Amino acid sequence: MEHSPPPFFKTGPTPLARLLIFSALSLAFLIADARFNYLVSLRQVAAVILYPLQRIAASPASIVQRIGDFFVTHGSLRSDNARLTHENFEQGALLQQLKALEAENAQLRNLLAARDRLPIKVTTAEVLYAARDPFSRKVIVDRGSQHDVLPGQPVVDNRGVVGQVTRVYPWLAEVTLVTDKGQFVPVQNVRNGLRSVLGGTGSDGTLELRFVPLQADYQDGDELVTSGIDGVYPPGLPVARVTGIERSVEQIFARITCVPLGGVAHYNQLLIVNGTPSLPPRPVETQKAPRSRKSRSG
Amino acid sequence: MPEARFAPQEILLPVKAGHIAISLMVALFLNLLPWSGVWLWIKPDFVALVVLYWCIEQPRRVGFVAAWVLGLFMDVADGTLFGQHALAYSILAFAGIVLHRRVRMFSGTPQVIHVVLLLLMNDLIVLCIRLAGGADFPGFQYFIGSFTAGALWLPLGALLRLPQRHA
Repeated sequence: MEHSPPPFFKTGPTPLARLLIFSALSLAFLIADARFNYLVSLRQVAAVILYPLQRIAASPASIVQRIGDFFVTHGSLRSDNARLTHENFEQGALLQQLKALEAENAQLRNLLAARDRLPIKVTTAEVLYAARDPFSRKVIVDRGSQHDVLPGQPVVDNRGVVGQVTRVYPWLAEVTLVTDKGQFVPVQNVRNGLRSVLGGTGSDGTLELRFVPLQADYQDGDELVTSGIDGVYPPGLPVARVTGIERSVEQIFARITCVPLGGVAHYNQLLIVNGTPSLPPRPVETQKAPRSRKSRSG
Repeated sequence: MPEARFAPQEILLPVKAGHIAISLMVALFLNLLPWSGVWLWIKPDFVALVVLYWCIEQPRRVGFVAAWVLGLFMDVADGTLFGQHALAYSILAFAGIVLHRRVRMFSGTPQVIHVVLLLLMNDLIVLCIRLAGGADFPGFQYFIGSFTAGALWLPLGALLRLPQRHA
C-alpha cells in the first residue's frame, strides 16, 4: 500500500513518459550500433565492467573439469600414454617426409622465384562460453587485445577452421563460428582445385557452398580447404567435407551441403592465427572509372 | 510477490537497496553461466524475471534505469546489437510498473499467467528486432524459457522475500 501514494506526491515523469525516453534511447543505440558502428568504446567499457562476473560464471565448469581430470584412473592414463606414443611414432615418420617435402617445395619455389609461404603463428585460447543467443553462432574466448588478438583473425583447432574473431575486448574476444549465417570462407576443393565460397547456414553442423554452377565437379566426400585468396585465412587449412549434392534443373545453382571439419560445436582449446598472410600489394588503379553520381552532377 | 489480499497477510520489513542490487547481480551472473545445448533453450532469462519481480514489488525503487542498464550488459555479454535487450527490458519494466497493482491482486496461477505473458512479450520484442536485423526464426523452442520462468516465479518470490521477514 505504501507503493501507491496520492498522485500529488508523485515526482518525476509518468511511467509512459519514461518508457518513451528509454525506448527512444534504446532505438538510438540500436541504430547507432547497427548502421554507424559508433558506441565501440561504450561497449568496451561495459565489457571491462562485466569481465570479472564473466570469469566467475565460467569457472564452475572449469573447476568441475579439473576435479574430473584429477580422478583419472591408472588404466586410462596408461592406455592414453600407449596411444599417444604410437601416434607420435607414426606422425614422426610423416613429419620427416613433410620436412623433406618442405625443403623440396622451398627449393622449387626459389627456382620459380615465387614468394615463400609464411609460417603461421598461433595463440592458444580457451573457450569461456558459447554466446547465449539462439540467433547466431558465436563463442567467447579468453584472449583479447591485451594478447595481440585483432578482429578478423581466423580461428582454427587441431582439425580445421572454426571461425573468425569478430570483436575484441581487452581480455576477451568474440569468435563467430563458420556455421553462423553471415560467415563466409573462401575455399578450394582439394581433389580438383575448384574455388568457391562456403557459407554458414545458422544451424550447427551444416555449411553450404554458395553460387556453384549446376555442372561443377563436386562429389560426396570431397574435402574443402581454405584457398587463401581472401588475404584473411592462410591457404590450405581444412574447412569442411561435402556430404550432400542436390542438382535440380529449376535452380541456377547446385545445392551442396557440407559438414565442418573443425570442432565447431565442441568446447576445447582453439588457436587464433596471428600472422596475417602478406599478399602482394593491390594493383594500382590507373584509370578511375567515372562515378555515376559525379558524372550526373558535373 | 505479494500475497493475495484475502489471505492472512504477513507484515514484511522494508526492502534494503543492497538486497535488490545483490539479487539483480545474481540474476546477471546466472545468465552468464555457460549454458549450452538443451539447457540454453530451457533456461529462463533470469534478469528479465528478477527485474519484473522488483518492478511489481517495488515499482518506485526499481524501474527503467536498472532494466535499461542490465539490458545493455546483456547485449555486451551476448555480443548482440547494442540496445535490443535494453529496449525489451524497458518495455517489460513499464508493463510491470503499470500492472503492479493488478498482478498483486492475484495469487498463484493467475499471477503466473500474467508473468508468463509479460515475459513472452519480452521475448517477442527481441525476436522482432533480430528478424528486422536479418536473422532466421530460431524455432518455437525459443519461447520455452519464458514458461520455465513462469514455473520459477512463486519459488523466486518466496526466496526474495526471505530477508524481509522478522528474524
